[in-house]
Amino acid sequence: MVLKIFFPQCCNRADSGLLVGRWVPGFDSVVVLAVIHYPFIPGQVKKYLSEMQSAIQLELTVLGSWSMPKDGQEGMDSFLKDLSTIFPQGRWLQLSRELGKRGFACQVIGRDAAVPPRGQPKEGGDDEKEKVIFIHYDQRKVMLSHLHPAHGQEPAAEGVSELRLVFQTVAQSQPLFFLDKYDDGPIKLTHWQSEGREASILVELIKQASVPMCLVLTWLLSLWTQLRSIRVLNMWPVRFVSSKLSTCVQLSHRTEHLQTISSPRRAQQHADFMRKANIFVSFLVDIALGLLLISWLYRENRIGRLANTLVPVADVSVHTLPPALSKKPVCLCVLYSARDIVLHVAKELQELLQWLMGAPAGLKMNRALDQVLGRFFLYHIHLWISYIHLLSPFIEMILWYVGLSACLGLTFALSVVSDIVALLTFHIYCFYVYGARIYCLKIYGLSSLWRLFRGKKWNVLRQRVDSCSYDLDQLFIGTLLFTILLFLLPTTALYYLVFTLLRLGVVLLQGFIHLMIDIINSFPLFAGGLRLFRPYRLAEGVKFKVLCEEPGMSLHLMMEINPLKLSTAVQQYRIPTYSCYPKDSWAALCKKLFVGDLIYPWTPLHKGSKED
Amino acid sequence: MSEEKFTDINGKPISLECRSHSSFCREFVVSAPKVSLRAVMVCTCAVWLSAYAAFFVTKNTAVLSSAIVTTLVGMMVHIHLIKIDHERLLIVGSLGVQVSSCFASGRESATFIEMSSIKDIVINEAIHMQRVIYYLCILLKEPSDPNGVSGVVPLFQSSKPRLNCLVKIYKSCQEILGQC
Repeated sequence: MVLKIFFPQCCNRADSGLLVGRWVPGFDSVVVLAVIHYPFIPGQVKKYLSEMQSAIQLELTVLGSWSMPKDGQEGMDSFLKDLSTIFPQGRWLQLSRELGKRGFACQVIGRDAAVPPRGQPKEGGDDEKEKVIFIHYDQRKVMLSHLHPAHGQEPAAEGVSELRLVFQTVAQSQPLFFLDKYDDGPIKLTHWQSEGREASILVELIKQASVPMCLVLTWLLSLWTQLRSIRVLNMWPVRFVSSKLSTCVQLSHRTEHLQTISSPRRAQQHADFMRKANIFVSFLVDIALGLLLISWLYRENRIGRLANTLVPVADVSVHTLPPALSKKPVCLCVLYSARDIVLHVAKELQELLQWLMGAPAGLKMNRALDQVLGRFFLYHIHLWISYIHLLSPFIEMILWYVGLSACLGLTFALSVVSDIVALLTFHIYCFYVYGARIYCLKIYGLSSLWRLFRGKKWNVLRQRVDSCSYDLDQLFIGTLLFTILLFLLPTTALYYLVFTLLRLGVVLLQGFIHLMIDIINSFPLFAGGLRLFRPYRLAEGVKFKVLCEEPGMSLHLMMEINPLKLSTAVQQYRIPTYSCYPKDSWAALCKKLFVGDLIYPWTPLHKGSKED
Repeated sequence: MSEEKFTDINGKPISLECRSHSSFCREFVVSAPKVSLRAVMVCTCAVWLSAYAAFFVTKNTAVLSSAIVTTLVGMMVHIHLIKIDHERLLIVGSLGVQVSSCFASGRESATFIEMSSIKDIVINEAIHMQRVIYYLCILLKEPSDPNGVSGVVPLFQSSKPRLNCLVKIYKSCQEILGQC
């Protein structure tokens, strides 16, 4: 067998002493954690190790001796070799360095061979000498890194892996590394040491402040949840509407996030910690972006210019605009232009309907049906315009406060925008629903009458098409109806097509906004930053490099940490959100469009139910 | 080691380097031929000539600068992401196998497979387009069932060496696997 010795890089130049570490159970390998320097009392070492063992819950042992040649310490070697009798072990390692050589020499002495044949390895007994691999590792990186399971591997199989055990051992023995080299104590150790914590006053202050902050936050959140659980708010219409408004969805989402962050329990698992940190960072970034948006929105010049560029679009009702546009408060300009855009859209729709009621694109429609449908929709637009006129004095106030909602975060501003778009294009939604319903009825009627033609009918009980013998009257009526429906189909299909296209435009816009919200909500910024700036923290695996090859020396490997791929990191640490990806495939969507089923954007959109 | 002539499955010359660090640690490096100057020249000339033709028609200098940028970016992407200079197989007895591929720009991507999860290293036959090729692969152990194979990791994927080269690597791999 080959013995693997995981040796920390920082102990390469340590003074002579004892090796402290752990035998990895189940494998023929050993992890060296620290070196205890020479002036020590064996009793104290034993006591220190047992204390450490209870602290870190790992079996720590004295593995062997380490000798580093120095001037004036000639007798040290033999002394260190005799130590094996004081610290009884199954196997005793004797590592030594020689001047002018880069590699280590190693001797493994079994317990049964109490008097080890010291001179034997030099005689070249290659078979009796146990083969040794030195694997050097960077103690700090290994301690801080988290080894991710290979993709498709269950966590149950983790315990088997040798490297995982090594990583665990080093990570758990963190208390061992707290002892500073300048500390006065009976025992001197060499291991990885932090290089002090400079400029950490701010960090300490934040740490001190975080606990009361969390408490306050928890209290506020509990108030908020109590407010939400009031009976009035859980009644049917309010609940229904709030589940459809994306602002409310985003609000509940953020509440959940804040609850996760402010929970007083310390995150034990790595995944919990990463989740908390990701949520926290994305929350901060969200709020920062929102404040940026506010500072941009409420600065006078820019928004005035924006309003000026928007106004010509709404040239229909320019006469309603105040003459001194730039003197007015900024938000007024915006909201006037917004209202004008809405009115402009309504006007355009009216013109579109007029066009449809004539001979659109040279198509000859059924005149009577065309007129009926056109008037019906025109009446709707009329209703809509009067509704907007009625609402316009209040829009000012609403928009002002909506602008302020951006200080809760960019996602809030975006979801409010999405809601406003949905509310202001409500007439388009209505038209779409009417058109789709009529079209759907026609398609179903035609398909069942087509079956009647062929002497078939749909058997509901058996869910299949059966043959059926119709008598003459039924066939006559059926044929008549079929003809009527068939000849009226182009007219309705045209209306359906036009309104579906309008609706698809709105859905696309909303989908884009929702996608942006979802990206801000779920992107794991902390994990991404960790991967970029501290690549060793998220390890996918390890890689080895052959260090030095001197004849007669044992093999030296350097263990480096293989960082996780950026895409894997993002995928693994994505903050779960409400799934806002389209559930339908493209084919299913097309089929729905053809048959006349209603399509919705990522979150369904019946906001109008309260207004009707 | 002895310098035999090896070729990949397309008949292009490749070189195999075996380093024996110790009795249980060996390293195999299969190097593909370098980027040939002629191919680079041909690509660059083709892009630039077509850009110049477009410039002649449109009289727009943006075409030329975009051609230069395209060539530079394309070259960088090619040497950084596509062109694999050499592939390395490091096998350490009782520790594991490391497969790494080094790109022409010096970027190295490596994966390490522990010995406890390796079942065997074998030469496989595969049908690739219209011919039968051989490749070396690592069989991974199923954690629950010791006889099962949970996955196959093919080796030397970019420089596909022929059988005589694979057999040589296979033999020395088996020597090490047999020791422990």
